Amino acid sequence: MKKILALLLAASMAMSATACSSGAATSSAAPASSGETSSVAKADFKVSMVTDTGGVNDQSFNQLSWEGLQKLKADNGADVSYAESKQEADYATNLDKAVDDENNLIWGVGFAMGDAILNAAKANPDVQFAIVDNAYEETPSNLTAVVFRAQEPSFLVGYIAAKTTKTNKVGFVGGVKSDVIDQFEYGYKAGVAYGAKEMGKTVEVVAQYAESFVDSAKGKAIASKMFSGGCDIVFHAAGNVGTGVIEAAKEANKYAIGVDKDQAFLAPNNVLTSALKKVDKAVEEVSKEIMDGKATGGTTISLGVKEEAAGIPEEHKLMGEETYKAAAALQDQIKDGKLVPPASEKDYNTFVKNLK
Amino acid sequence: MLTSILLLVGITMMYSTPLVFGALGGVISERSGVINIGIEGMMTMGALTAASVSYYTGNPWLGFLAAGAAGAAIALLHAIASITFNADQTISGIAINLLGPGFALFFCRLLFDNAAMTPPVKTLPKLFGENAFHGTPAESLNVDVTVLLALIATVVIWFVLYKTKWGLRIRSVGEYPAAADTLGINVTRTRYLCVLMSGVMAGFGGASMTLAIISQFNQTAISGQGFIALAAVIFGKWTPYGAYGACMLFGLAQALTVVLGGSDSSVTLPSQILAMLPYVLTIIVLVLFVGRSVAPKADGVPYEKGER
Repeated sequence: MKKILALLLAASMAMSATACSSGAATSSAAPASSGETSSVAKADFKVSMVTDTGGVNDQSFNQLSWEGLQKLKADNGADVSYAESKQEADYATNLDKAVDDENNLIWGVGFAMGDAILNAAKANPDVQFAIVDNAYEETPSNLTAVVFRAQEPSFLVGYIAAKTTKTNKVGFVGGVKSDVIDQFEYGYKAGVAYGAKEMGKTVEVVAQYAESFVDSAKGKAIASKMFSGGCDIVFHAAGNVGTGVIEAAKEANKYAIGVDKDQAFLAPNNVLTSALKKVDKAVEEVSKEIMDGKATGGTTISLGVKEEAAGIPEEHKLMGEETYKAAAALQDQIKDGKLVPPASEKDYNTFVKNLK
Repeated sequence: MLTSILLLVGITMMYSTPLVFGALGGVISERSGVINIGIEGMMTMGALTAASVSYYTGNPWLGFLAAGAAGAAIALLHAIASITFNADQTISGIAINLLGPGFALFFCRLLFDNAAMTPPVKTLPKLFGENAFHGTPAESLNVDVTVLLALIATVVIWFVLYKTKWGLRIRSVGEYPAAADTLGINVTRTRYLCVLMSGVMAGFGGASMTLAIISQFNQTAISGQGFIALAAVIFGKWTPYGAYGACMLFGLAQALTVVLGGSDSSVTLPSQILAMLPYVLTIIVLVLFVGRSVAPKADGVPYEKGER
């Protein structure tokens, strides 16, 4: 009896071991990959990406990056692959492995990989590296940093919020305060102020931080508080804390605004719109530039509405045609540089002063 | 003011429910003499199972029950390792904590087209039905039905442990298994049953996260609740009502953080300081009011027949 049990235990452990260790394997044939490796594609340019701990199907940054690379493969015939990191300790190992596989360009996804990519770039000066959502004070000449002007889509959703609110009070839930989250907060606040001015009213913005990116229950609690305190729209820039925010909107039958990707699938009747960061587009375009031999290394590429790497989703049944058109017009103004949404508290204060 | 107080109560209830289930699981297992630090892993498995079953059957109650079964299945591994094979219970628990999230993610990808999260699922009902008290301050009191279930579970487990023959046996196995054995109590069977029950409770805890607080499973659905539940077991001196109180206290502290925070609050404390509140409060209460907390005597000691 004991032997059988031991066998069963061993078997289950072996199973789980294979389940866990499959992560580090690089594979270009993995999920829903488009096109065959044996097609006409001249696979002389190899691109690989290393995910952060979210994994390649995180329905966020990593997944979008991988979609971008797959598009690159379909359109330009590059050989693409990815490696998943299960824990932070995997970053360096996965990057080393990507270098050993003779990749020409290696992407790191997410600011969490900032240091790991920097070290890898310094150690391998003949390989090109790029990172999503992180910038450096001094960027090595073989490293391209890609950041988003998150204040631009945040401004647009803030404007939509101001146009849509009936209680003239809206909320913002942040994860942990940082420069990146400031872009969202002040972009949003500026958008609300801009919209309120246009409507000839004042709209109050309540902001609160969850001091977490994972505690969904706290997000729900904060949003419930905001809704019961008179807010009717809450925007979040707080990762999975935002899942709770959207849940609270669903229960209170109020509106939430999603972030990074179109989050309407979480609550189709309660997600008013989303502030999009089009990581797929960014990864594809920048990869292509590097592939074409453009020397982007050593620079920080900032992407926003103008590059069509940020914006709002086309779906707009909850806000109505008029508001959507007005937001689209505003988006054009940002594109033309006539309107510059603020990214920090200081810029925001100046922005509001000039508004009056 | 009234709104704030009701909100405080509502958030406390919401926040503490998964913790209560987890802590009850810890109490049952440790009362029988098996340390269970694998609550977190069992909760994660329960969270995934609850969401998946609710998604595929459209019935959240089935999901809730299935989560209990999934928790028990993972707890069975812990039981086999620590009771049958006398393995170190802490190590086995750590293994469960590593296995649980790994398994959950693996099955999530298997079931949901490689995604690391489930689509939104049907959730358990509210205590007073959907939209009850809508628009009134009392809306905050329309908590999830799991809040009531957690309270019922606490009472039932207290009753079983302290008012029934069964409970006496469980406690005796946890205090002095050799004596219990000489009196004809099957130590192995009792411990197996308790560890499995502990898994069921932890599974329910996971379910009350993904079927009530949020309506989907994602990788961070369970992030630390299992460990806070463990702390609540010790805090509550290994009693069901103590653990319940400890979880409520922690929930209340979190609720205070939420209610006092925000840019429109009259209290202007930095949110980083406010975020420390639950932990500071826990330490203060522990030092001032709880006093010495003594574990069941045979907690963590594998029982070997005939050994003195």
